[in-house]
Amino acid sequence: MARVFVSGSVARHLTGGETEFEVKADTVGRLVRELDRRFPGLGNQVEESMAVAIDGVICQDTLMEPIPPNSEIHLIPKIAGG
Amino acid sequence: MAKTHVTTTINGEPTEFLCEPHQTLLDVLRDELGLTGSKEGCSSGDCGACTVTVDDRIVCSCLMLAAEAEGHSIGTIEGMAQGEKLHPLQQHFLQEGALQCGFCTPGLLVAAKSLLDNHPNPTETEARYWLAGNLCRCTGYDKVIKAVMGAAAELRGETPSQARA
Amino acid sequence: MNHVSDPKKLKVVGTRPIRPDGADKVTGRASFGADMSLPGMLTGAIKRSPHAHARILSIDTSKAEALPGVKAVVTAKDFPEIASEEAFVGEGPMNFRDLSRNCMARDKVLYEGHAVAAVAATSTAIAAQAAALIEVEYEVLPHVIDVEEAMADGAPLLHDDVFTAGVSPKPEKPSNVAKRVEFILGDVDAAMKTAEVIVEGRYTTKPVHQAYIEPHACVASVSGDGQAQVWCSSQGQFMVRAYCAKLLGMELSDIRVMPAEIGGGFGGKTLVYLEPLALALSRKSGRPVRMVMSREDVFRATGPTSGGVVEIKLGATRDGRIVAAECLLKFQAGAFPGSPVQPAAMTAFACYDLENVKVVGFDVVSNRPKVAAYRAPGAPISAFGVESAVDDLARALNMDPIALREKNAAKDGTKAAYGPTLKDIGFVETLEAAKNHPNMQVKLGPNQGRGVACGFWFNIGGESSGAVHVNEDGTVVVVSGNPDIGGSRASMAMMAAEVLGIPVERVRPIVGDTASIGYSFLTGGSRVTFATGMAVSQAAEKVVEQLKARAAALWDISAEAVEWCDGTAYPAGPNAGEFEPLPLAEIASKSGRTGGPITAEVSVNAQGAGPGYATHVCDVEVDRETGHVTILRYTAVQDVGRAIHPTYVEGQIQGGVTQGVGWALNEEYIYNAKGLLENPGFLDYRVPVASDLPMIDAVMIEVPNPRHPFGAKGVGEVPIVPPMAAVANAIRDAIGVRMHDLPMSPPKIRAALDAGELPMAAE
Repeated sequence: MARVFVSGSVARHLTGGETEFEVKADTVGRLVRELDRRFPGLGNQVEESMAVAIDGVICQDTLMEPIPPNSEIHLIPKIAGG
Repeated sequence: MAKTHVTTTINGEPTEFLCEPHQTLLDVLRDELGLTGSKEGCSSGDCGACTVTVDDRIVCSCLMLAAEAEGHSIGTIEGMAQGEKLHPLQQHFLQEGALQCGFCTPGLLVAAKSLLDNHPNPTETEARYWLAGNLCRCTGYDKVIKAVMGAAAELRGETPSQARA
Repeated sequence: MNHVSDPKKLKVVGTRPIRPDGADKVTGRASFGADMSLPGMLTGAIKRSPHAHARILSIDTSKAEALPGVKAVVTAKDFPEIASEEAFVGEGPMNFRDLSRNCMARDKVLYEGHAVAAVAATSTAIAAQAAALIEVEYEVLPHVIDVEEAMADGAPLLHDDVFTAGVSPKPEKPSNVAKRVEFILGDVDAAMKTAEVIVEGRYTTKPVHQAYIEPHACVASVSGDGQAQVWCSSQGQFMVRAYCAKLLGMELSDIRVMPAEIGGGFGGKTLVYLEPLALALSRKSGRPVRMVMSREDVFRATGPTSGGVVEIKLGATRDGRIVAAECLLKFQAGAFPGSPVQPAAMTAFACYDLENVKVVGFDVVSNRPKVAAYRAPGAPISAFGVESAVDDLARALNMDPIALREKNAAKDGTKAAYGPTLKDIGFVETLEAAKNHPNMQVKLGPNQGRGVACGFWFNIGGESSGAVHVNEDGTVVVVSGNPDIGGSRASMAMMAAEVLGIPVERVRPIVGDTASIGYSFLTGGSRVTFATGMAVSQAAEKVVEQLKARAAALWDISAEAVEWCDGTAYPAGPNAGEFEPLPLAEIASKSGRTGGPITAEVSVNAQGAGPGYATHVCDVEVDRETGHVTILRYTAVQDVGRAIHPTYVEGQIQGGVTQGVGWALNEEYIYNAKGLLENPGFLDYRVPVASDLPMIDAVMIEVPNPRHPFGAKGVGEVPIVPPMAAVANAIRDAIGVRMHDLPMSPPKIRAALDAGELPMAAE
């Protein structure tokens, strides 16, 4: 089980106000599928334009990254640079 | 309009070329003579990337008409090394890491060589003001100045040569 | 394999070899975008809008086409119409329709300098003549430049299909406000009521350009069968390929992009301007086409970073704990949506351990060139406001500025305002090192002051490919797909040499074109040493496995019984057998007989890049008569993870600091009442010159990132984040004046002294 946190504006638009919930997933790909099942549209948003911080380590553009059990997941906007 | 025939000396070599009246020396060096070491950064004489020497004075070649080279002696970055032997300034730039992207480097080196040819013992402030006409956006000038001061000391015989055996 | 835990055993990483591309760069031999020449090459030129905002009524290219020497003319109708589509191919989301319209205007011009048509001719002079002969009929429209004016009701509207995203309910009327973002932690309003000291400030910054000394340049050549080659200086040959394919409706495999040396990028070359036009002209004319921007065009038509408004409110208790932090950002994006207001919002308070934070940001379009990424996009702007306010808070609390920051510093385990819990960070170490630096002991004189400011940047990883080929003589070639703008190819060679156990002089790194190496995401986001270094290190490890297997084959023992050390194969123990050690060169010379060439290519999608932190200390002297500010001393302390090549890491720090100083003191775009740029050149767009600066003390702290084979963290972007506030805080210390508006140029300092401006700090 992973504990997933989303910010206020994502919560308002895509999770009906829920900012914290538990999800059963052991890879980012499975997380995306499970999020889309629970909150239609959220999984797609995560895959296309968000980054996933797993216990503080930021991952983006990957479905393959493993999610350890009992990890803390934050969904944040994708990061670029210059 | 007929082209102008110009006879000049570039890096010690007698050179002739044809040019349009409006072409700058920088245009001709790069597009007609294949000497692409001098760079165009602004074409208004503000960045120094096109620095060459004309009779031992440093000049922005983008501000000089090619036809004005007639009868003068031009020095470019391509003339700085002697065969495979780099000039101490070039050597010190490499040693200190005084270049990152390298685009401003030819202009800086020509200007720095002119400094040391004319003032072999500059202070750091003198070196900074002499080179104020050569813009660099990558390095913050710190390692550039260190390289110039280091090369100056070597040219004065105060330190051994940095050249690889 | 992880080398992080035993740095003392490193033989190459951490040393300072001469860069492999250095000799060509100091002799003028290195080939940049404009140095490339092909037989039959034409020169391209662009017709640009003289108006800040106008409808295009008609374009007549007939006179240009009739001019002898002109071989092709293109306008928007030569490019496919593209539906609105966002993709992450370059830095940040790119809407391909917007990119296409930015490269060549369709229906409307949105800024002075917006490209309207392009020509290719047999000489530069004829191309310029032809561009002048193109007749464009405009209906001039009212324009808007300033960000708050663009947000106001009744402002001239740039796009009738942009509706503010991020607000509910979804708006029905189009707006210049493209997006609203927000990041909230805890309850800022309630917490602010518990504050004993409150500090507020409103700050403004102007757009500034990356100001790379090399203008954009490319050569494009399209063959009769539609296959194209492009030589260009860019921050990513695969990005150029992707954008050009999209904008021209071509397949990726039909475009091969060769990376020229690049004369500076800093984010500004993470997208395309000329390449699609040059390709279209080459396709139409049947000849190679070179296009080079003039410096004026670089300023008029390529992306600066945003200017913006930053409003900060901080609340603290008397012991120095910040209990509430609020920030409002309004960033101008230029002609199309996409300012870096989001990362600016995310990084604003990332240095601090706060429970109650609210950051709101607006992305606003206006009639200026579309902004492009610039070193830590957005972060320097919000940091200017935050770090100035933190400085005011330190004064209000009568606390030392470093002590205040130490009291609130983000540490391992801190929950960042933008969400995740931070780990393996080295911020506190930078505060400590700055505090103890000898420069802090230097006594200051009259009109001199000292300012402290801190900064943060995420850094990214991403897709990278690296190949390691062993030559028959035992030397090695390393190929990667990332343009080298800071010395990265030297670092690739060093990491490969370290893993292989051979001297770095026997490793030659090259940057491959799009057909010669696997896909690599572009050079930016401070990612190359991290991600491409990871790919190269892993490829080198695979080569070591092959070398061991070949030695085993020559000795006729099992590969498990072979050890690799210092570039040589050894039997693993006395039970393996008695064999003479086999150095790499010998194994290489026999590679054919033992199975074939020894080579490996690895592609990764590197995750887990470590964020960077910095603490800067700046000493200034202000001339009260002229308003001129002299930087006396600058100390930049940064957590770099592991410095692979320390000289180049120092160089990144010193370069970023210098850009920040220019942003602080002099750089800005000056527009007239018609929305036309008055200073499109280096004389009046004043970047720092050698005489403006002292030596810059770059201090590297190493708190390794365990997810990189050598512990590296990105370093290139963090250094530009603190300087504006560091300089402003030093000016405050020197003359008692809080400057709120950048740049802090002499006329502004004089005006502030005349007005007797006092710092805005209230309880």
